[in-house]
Amino acid sequence: MTRLAFLLALAFAAAITLPLVAPGYLVDVGMLVFFLAFIGQSWNISGGFAGQTSFGHAVFFGTGAYTSTILQITFGWNAWLAWPAAMLAGAIVGWIIAVLSFRAGLRGSYFALITLAFAEAFRILANSLSFTHAGLGMLIKADPRPANFQFKDPIWFYYLALALCIVSLLIAWQLTRGRLGSRLVAVRENEDAARALGIDVFAEKVKALSLAGAIAAAGGTFYAQKYLYIDPNIAFGVDKSIEMLLVTMVGGAGTIFGPLLGALALTGINEVTRTLASVVPAFKNVQPLSLIVYGVMLMLIVGRLPDGLARLFRRVDRHA
Amino acid sequence: MLEVSGISKSFGGLKAVDGVSLDVQAGEIVALIGPNGAGKTTLFAALAGFHRPDAGRIVFDGRDIIGLPPHRICAAGMVRTFQITQPFAKITVRENIMVGAYLRIDDRSKARDRAEAVAAQVGMAAQLDRFGADLTVAGRKRLELARALATGPRLLLLDEVMAGLNPTEITEIVEVIRAIRASGVTILLIEHVMQAVTSLADRAYVLNQGRMIAEGTLAEIAGNPAVVEAYLGHGAAEVLRA
Ligand SMILES: Nc1ncnc2c1ncn2[C@@H]1O[C@H](COP(=O)(O)OP(=O)(O)OP(=O)(O)O)[C@@H](O)[C@H]1O
Ligand SMILES: [Mg+2]
Repeated sequence: MTRLAFLLALAFAAAITLPLVAPGYLVDVGMLVFFLAFIGQSWNISGGFAGQTSFGHAVFFGTGAYTSTILQITFGWNAWLAWPAAMLAGAIVGWIIAVLSFRAGLRGSYFALITLAFAEAFRILANSLSFTHAGLGMLIKADPRPANFQFKDPIWFYYLALALCIVSLLIAWQLTRGRLGSRLVAVRENEDAARALGIDVFAEKVKALSLAGAIAAAGGTFYAQKYLYIDPNIAFGVDKSIEMLLVTMVGGAGTIFGPLLGALALTGINEVTRTLASVVPAFKNVQPLSLIVYGVMLMLIVGRLPDGLARLFRRVDRHA
Repeated sequence: MLEVSGISKSFGGLKAVDGVSLDVQAGEIVALIGPNGAGKTTLFAALAGFHRPDAGRIVFDGRDIIGLPPHRICAAGMVRTFQITQPFAKITVRENIMVGAYLRIDDRSKARDRAEAVAAQVGMAAQLDRFGADLTVAGRKRLELARALATGPRLLLLDEVMAGLNPTEITEIVEVIRAIRASGVTILLIEHVMQAVTSLADRAYVLNQGRMIAEGTLAEIAGNPAVVEAYLGHGAAEVLRA
């Protein structure tokens, strides 16, 4: 435990000082890692802890991104105020999807497909409705002042992403040491046994998905403020859903640090392969080299390390 | 404490439980016995809210509980174990039992204390850090018992917690169950291990092909020709008497 605390303190110190010493490019990469770890934690809560695999987490991400953006552009809200509203919207969407699917008794791959269907439906709606500016997407007027949740120096987005990541780790940590988390894991492991032991399985799943919805939606607003532009594909596209699932599965579903480890691994691979592709002529034509490496990595994880990278860090004696 | 009257449950054309009545008084250990496929587990599942019976009444502590979901029945104080054990495989024994303890305890360290106390009570103190998936049959049976006990029930429904155990383990678990009753928990148990039934139960009910064919003290039941026939086949009672 003390060794872990020491490592964490070290990592935290490194994360704090990185932007002060590293080139701007690395600051952006770091921001991406923490941001991915944050939205990955959303998937981890419902998919990793509660065991409800989703293929459509982008529905929450996009709901957040669009809610805060619409509130700003159409209703003139301040972005900071729109942020909690976006989270609320994400929680509500999570609640609705959960109530509809779990009332109908959907489980496993059926539930996963329903979430995918919701994300696609939202994408198509955003693509065709006028209040989302349809396929044009929404452009947030650049006015880089902290009061507007816009920063001239990307360093501040880096620190904000770091803070979000830390908050998400704290939430996951609380889950591993409290009643809610215990119940979510029980639901994941065995619904009948959970029920027999007094757990309202339906209610716990609804809680998990609402919480996950709020977190992913917070990530959506962050994204919109960082890039000042969203469109239906960015917000609700399958890519985002897969990204959230992937970082968690690779890093370790149902563990505190899984999404962060997965985000580090995947972002790292992404950067390395991108550099390789631009430097080594032989790789020039293998365009999405990172996708191939993702695929191989996923196969290795599923086959060799089903509990993800986090397993490498767990003390072995616990299992003996 | 528990009054069951006229419970029926069919699966398709099969009447698994057919107009069954029984009652359990506070403080008793009552056994439910009967040949394989008699409908014992189905009856438990109906009591605990896992199956909605087609007919009949279940009154627990003066309250009609038919139609209540399992978690509400558990919260009311009646909890079942599973004949086919259902451990939470990827968490430790301690965490398994804590799931039960959290029913009435919000605080983590208190829930952990309770889980450890219950583990000691059922003889699992040495296995607290093992994973659910790594337990032996005996360990899994004990875990079923421990988790249920951790919810703080007033009536425990134990479904064959001794099946697959060796004689030493059976003797141990019989002592554990006796101690649980002494602590004020009423017990209804399904059991094929007759030695355990005779040493534990105050009364027994016999179920056969969905119907209750006998009830009474164990001596009464052992002398009941219908029971002997249910177990050994038609005509067996006369053969034995001869
Ligand atoms: N979910 C179900 N669907 C269909 N049939 C079932 C179901 N559950 C039980 N049955 C059938 O109902 C009958 C009673 O089964 P049950 O498991 O209650 O018997 P039991 O007395 O517990 O037997 P055992 O001593 O072998 O555990 C059996 O014929 C069984 O095949
Ligand atoms: Mg049975």
